[in-house]
Amino acid sequence: MAEGQLKDGIAAGRLAGPQYAENFSDLHPAYDRHEALVEADRCYFCYDAPCMQACPTSIDIPLFIRQISTGNPLGAAKTIFDQNILGGMCARVCPTETLCEEVCVREVAEGKPVQIGRLQRYATDEAMARNKQFYQRAAPTGRKIAVVGAGPAGLACAHRLAVNGHEVTILEARPKAGGLNEYGIAAYKATDDFAGAEVDYVTAIGGITIENDKALGRDFSLAELAASYDAVFLGMGLGGVNALRAEGEDANGVENAVDFIAELRQASDLSTLEIGRRVVVIGGGMTAIDAAIQSKLLGAEEVTIAYRRGKDNMNASEFEQDLATVNGVVIRHWMQPKRVVAEDGRTVAIELEHTRLDGERLVGTGEIVRLPADQVFKAIGQSFDASPLNGSGNSIAMEAGRIKVDAEGKTSMAKVWAGGDCVVDAREDLTVAAVAAGRDAAESIHRALTSNGRA
Amino acid sequence: MADIRNNFVGIKSPNPFWLASAPPTDKAYNVVRAFQAGWGGVVWKTLGEEGPPVVNVNGPRYGAIWGADRRLLGLNNIELITDRDLQTNLREMKQVKRDWPDRALVASIMVPCEEHAWKAILPLVEETGADGIELNFGCPHGMSERGMGSAVGQVPEYIEMVVRWCKQYTRMPVITKLTPNITDIRKPARAAHAGGTDAVSLINTINSITGVDLDSFAPQPTIDGKGSHGGYCGPAVKPIAMNMVAEIARDPETRGLPISGIGGITTWRDAAEFMALGAGNVQVCTAAMTYGFKIVQEMIEGLKSWMDEKGHADLDAIIGRATPNVTDWQYLNLNYVAKAHIDQDACIKCGRCHIACEDTSHQAITSMVNGARHFEVIEEECVGCNLCVNVCPVEGCITMEPLAVGALDKRTGKRVEPVYANWTTHPNNPMAKVAAE
Repeated sequence: MAEGQLKDGIAAGRLAGPQYAENFSDLHPAYDRHEALVEADRCYFCYDAPCMQACPTSIDIPLFIRQISTGNPLGAAKTIFDQNILGGMCARVCPTETLCEEVCVREVAEGKPVQIGRLQRYATDEAMARNKQFYQRAAPTGRKIAVVGAGPAGLACAHRLAVNGHEVTILEARPKAGGLNEYGIAAYKATDDFAGAEVDYVTAIGGITIENDKALGRDFSLAELAASYDAVFLGMGLGGVNALRAEGEDANGVENAVDFIAELRQASDLSTLEIGRRVVVIGGGMTAIDAAIQSKLLGAEEVTIAYRRGKDNMNASEFEQDLATVNGVVIRHWMQPKRVVAEDGRTVAIELEHTRLDGERLVGTGEIVRLPADQVFKAIGQSFDASPLNGSGNSIAMEAGRIKVDAEGKTSMAKVWAGGDCVVDAREDLTVAAVAAGRDAAESIHRALTSNGRA
Repeated sequence: MADIRNNFVGIKSPNPFWLASAPPTDKAYNVVRAFQAGWGGVVWKTLGEEGPPVVNVNGPRYGAIWGADRRLLGLNNIELITDRDLQTNLREMKQVKRDWPDRALVASIMVPCEEHAWKAILPLVEETGADGIELNFGCPHGMSERGMGSAVGQVPEYIEMVVRWCKQYTRMPVITKLTPNITDIRKPARAAHAGGTDAVSLINTINSITGVDLDSFAPQPTIDGKGSHGGYCGPAVKPIAMNMVAEIARDPETRGLPISGIGGITTWRDAAEFMALGAGNVQVCTAAMTYGFKIVQEMIEGLKSWMDEKGHADLDAIIGRATPNVTDWQYLNLNYVAKAHIDQDACIKCGRCHIACEDTSHQAITSMVNGARHFEVIEEECVGCNLCVNVCPVEGCITMEPLAVGALDKRTGKRVEPVYANWTTHPNNPMAKVAAE
């Protein structure tokens, strides 16, 4: 009977013990001081810097890098946190290769951008390691605000509200705060319980109470919140997972990639996690990549990503695609799932149909490929689950299946703001975009609750 | 292949690259390694008079400043002259000269400003077979407090006096090393010339404090909480040194006086620039102390290949070639007009040219054109100052393009005049010389 990676079906403990720690170690190890200084010296301190323009939170990148280079990492951290209180996590998970680093003039000139993300991590790690708090709360305003969801948007909103002197209660459906930072990021991007440490760092300012296991629609209603708080911020993210719409997708072995990622993040012993010998991931975004790479790192022998369009259409960045490839993941394009093949209720293969563009329209060619698979992960996107909003008495306007907000983050409902993945945003569903939305909504709430910002 | 053999006041060396009198030339071990690496000559670290040698501090002797990536730009030191016994130095010098007869070996000397002291040491040095002597009138720290080094170099009369003694008591060529810690370098050069020196060498190091320790509030390098001004050298001093070399080279009173150029020479290009300004050869220290003796190989090959490419057969073909082009501001052609030009293919759009011009100069570079990030010179505003060229991180991206005679200067609305005209005849100059009617 084959063992380890070659063991058929879905099994735990495919790797030798120490291999797990090695596989799931920090993707980009932290810079030491020397590395940070060498890299910081590469920054040209551009005028109206393209990196800063590309950052959804508009961090003053040239300034913080200059502060690192002059031996002032705490000053650098403050420059970052002024715009993005979750700068530590963003330094780890931002697709910098499609944001700041993509437009770095040294990328243009040499194909080697300044490593902005890693420098940001150096500065924010320094501040967090010393537990240096940069902000003092304004005089209490007596205003109370409810924040639904302790993810990046909710935390950023809560922090800015707390800075402005308001009292914030965060209602979080899950047992831990952090949202996708805690449950939805590949483990090797946020090692050593960084997400938890960041929640502690952000809430250390005071005035923020987090109540876990409190779900909207189950434990409280929006109407109740609106009645008992001065304002409400909705930042609950996306609750639903899109279906494959493939025959047989209810078979054992077909799972949501987000659930797999969350389970992996919460596991105390990775060797107890089960993974298939042959894994197929359906999708083309970051979630697909994270699920595929981590399947491989857990010891799956063969991992294939099947995506229905071409390489250029993938939402996952080029860097992420390459990362998957070097980890041994095979990415196949122009393939859509048709049927999950099960034997005795257990997944054994997936049938995929080749696709092509017929004008603008994606069509199947009719040609079917059958890939052996013990496990299939669905990563074809998440959707907003509006049902918890129902019964709130007043309806809240939606747009493209998510909450509709104005430029400041106001919903159609009085006293209610929203931001992050649960709203329609021209920016992609990025952590950093959620932080920007939460922060800006907090400022909008502050203006609404005070007179020109004065309590 | 270009011939880079050097003959400096009769001292021959296979190339014009000498190591300056400094720590790298303090003893035979280092000097032999230097000769093995290819250095053309050395000026042995300064000898003092017979007797108990000087002592050095036992803490840090050097301080530095750095550029990006911690490239050393400037070094300072508070080391004194050799702290080894005179006889030991003389014995080693004699042996090294015997073993390396084709290399130049010059002895640097600093003894009290008294005739008998110079008279006593010169025969001892001559006996080693040294090719010449260099009078250390430059050292700005320590020895100057004892009336030697720059304390002599700052008083032209003393220079002339000591040079005269040396010319009187030795047949060896005399090179007088000058301190830059003086307002007009021509004065000590003229004094040395008047005393009969065979050559001058410059610059020695510049009084400096490289840093302050912000915990102890002590200047650096710090000795037990205190610091003293040290002698500054390295790439940062090169522009100062080159100006002083040029001032002496073009001074009617010292024109033709051989000059050994010193000050921040790091590459063949630096050396070629010094020689073009009038130096007959060059002396190097900081570059060797930063990178080791091997750098001379780059200097030798770089100089040769440049000379070959340009068709310069030997060093005489380049020495002093730039001297006639060094002039006073008042003689610069005010009818010459240049405008910055940005090569859009080379531009990486960092915007530093724009912000430098916008904030601190003439608002002559765009940042946005038709809604896109674009940096382009506005000729109507450009005065041709060259700041953008200097702050651009891409070499050759921004260039200064002269306007042809007759072309329209969009800033002034005037055509470029075909004639040379300088300040001395400019109508705005109250002292202008009126041309004869």
